[in-house]
Amino acid sequence: MSTTERERFGFFRRRGGERDAWHAVQLARHQDRPYTLDYLERICDDFIELHGDRAEGDDPAVVAGVGSFRGQSVAFVGHQKGRDLKQRTYRNFGMPSPEGYRKAMRVFSLAGRLGFPIVTLIDTPGAAPGVGAEQRGQSGAIARAQLTLMRVPVPVISCVIGEGSSGGALAIGVADRVLMQQNAVYTVISPEGCAAILWKDAGEAKRAAAALRPTAEACLALGVVDLIVSEPSGGAHRDHARAAELLGDAIQLELEVIAAVPPAQRRAGRRAKFRSMGAFQE
Amino acid sequence: MAQNINVDISRTDEPNGKGEPAHRTRNTCPTCASHYREDEMVRNLRVCTNCGHHFPVTARERILQLVDDGSFAEIAAGLHSSDPLGFTDSRPYPERVDAAMRSTGLRDAAVVGAAAIGGTPVALAVMDFSFLGGSMGSVVGEKFARAADLALERRLPLVSVAASGGARMQEGVLALMQMAKTVASVDEMQEAGRPFISVLVHPTTGGVAASFAALGDVVIAEPGALLSFSGPRVVKQTTGESLPDDFGLSESNFRHGHVDLIVPRPELRDMVARVAAILAGGTPYRPPSLVGEIDPVGAIGRALAGARRRVTGVRPFRNGGPHVDD
Ligand SMILES: [Zn+2]
Repeated sequence: MSTTERERFGFFRRRGGERDAWHAVQLARHQDRPYTLDYLERICDDFIELHGDRAEGDDPAVVAGVGSFRGQSVAFVGHQKGRDLKQRTYRNFGMPSPEGYRKAMRVFSLAGRLGFPIVTLIDTPGAAPGVGAEQRGQSGAIARAQLTLMRVPVPVISCVIGEGSSGGALAIGVADRVLMQQNAVYTVISPEGCAAILWKDAGEAKRAAAALRPTAEACLALGVVDLIVSEPSGGAHRDHARAAELLGDAIQLELEVIAAVPPAQRRAGRRAKFRSMGAFQE
Repeated sequence: MAQNINVDISRTDEPNGKGEPAHRTRNTCPTCASHYREDEMVRNLRVCTNCGHHFPVTARERILQLVDDGSFAEIAAGLHSSDPLGFTDSRPYPERVDAAMRSTGLRDAAVVGAAAIGGTPVALAVMDFSFLGGSMGSVVGEKFARAADLALERRLPLVSVAASGGARMQEGVLALMQMAKTVASVDEMQEAGRPFISVLVHPTTGGVAASFAALGDVVIAEPGALLSFSGPRVVKQTTGESLPDDFGLSESNFRHGHVDLIVPRPELRDMVARVAAILAGGTPYRPPSLVGEIDPVGAIGRALAGARRRVTGVRPFRNGGPHVDD
């Protein structure tokens, strides 16, 4: 990250600690935090949502479509949560079913064919658990969504805008550049899930959150995230318009950088980026 | 909320399972209570000859079962995990890893290398559930990637045997990224036109089920294995749904089109050899059992097939997949 980028988007002092991790989890889940559609209606000059996976149905937990973003056509895919009880239920709390991932793949492939960049917005507590989801191929859908993004010839930018939990998040998170909002969290499992398994007590979620190091600055330090996107003072929920402006600026900057790379090199670079992730001794 | 990556499994026969001490339960069939001496277990490929129950198999024993004698050459054996997050729950993560290393004799939950199966050279990646629930952290991800590199360098098919509760939580978001890392390797294999055979055994769930393991050109499952993204307990707790008896099992996955073949362990070596030979474009592999040679593995397989039919009313179809008797 260049110095100008640091200045432009802010860079955050290491704070660490249990309280900060849990604070981030709460902000990431804040019910007034902007969701995918809140951002799309603010950053796109036009956006047409597309529906259905052409096989089973349409998954309201995933929004996918094509839009016009600052002068160019872009394909957008994001998790979608609901704000009130009715909407939350309709959106299944932002937990996608296989149909959602297949709809996403359809739009990724469309973008690849037409040469549009892809922008994905991550905000999910995880893929939907359920008998039907398993029968309709949840594992395979998540794996193939990653593979589809790994191979598209067009630029891919991903941003964690809220909760990025488990494979349900990563399914749309394979990108040339991975961004993360200042108060978003990115984890292998929800703190509650981790606490239930490792501490045998979901009530230990705060300790689990601290141990998982889910904050944007931790993810940046671990090499999982390339850039932290600033939020308005107090969090994105305080000022949707400003949050969208900051996100839009970050996406535009990243698209300009990554679009300049030749497609074959970009694809190889995307693979190499994920290939290099991890920490081990030899 | 959703605890999608979880190692809870309703079966109790896992090496790490709770209940009675391992030495008393390890060789007792949880389905029919038949008990076996250790040498019988090895000879039976850890399949109950009475009811066909498939016991867990360690990575080293799995390799012995699958590959041609003396053909396995391990690579990346020195990889071991670091502690990128400084993770501590009731015990520090490095202590858990040390304990798993001592109890299994492995350095992590996967063993990879070059081998021959039925005469076809392959790159092989085998997971071990007894090492921290077969969880995938940085070492497992890297080992899978190295096995794929080997397949690409030598132009070999890649064969993986998955057995995993999912991503290793103690490595946090880096464990999650191993999913994408293994997918990147599969992408390279596909681009290079090298075949990938994915074998799924009990249990394959969470982050492993939803990454490389789902992406085989041919996907083979052992019978009765739990193969799901979310474990049954999580589904029950989160959704309140009542689960079908075969929730997430190989047979259910087969019925819904997610696996190509269900192959009982005694027939697995021959099937992998046949698939590998054809996908590699070489001479077809003719199992000794089909050319009239004495084949103790095949004989056991037939005995097991009979036993399974008696118990479940389902017998393995010659080319995999359950076949319900009339
Ligand atoms: Zn038995």
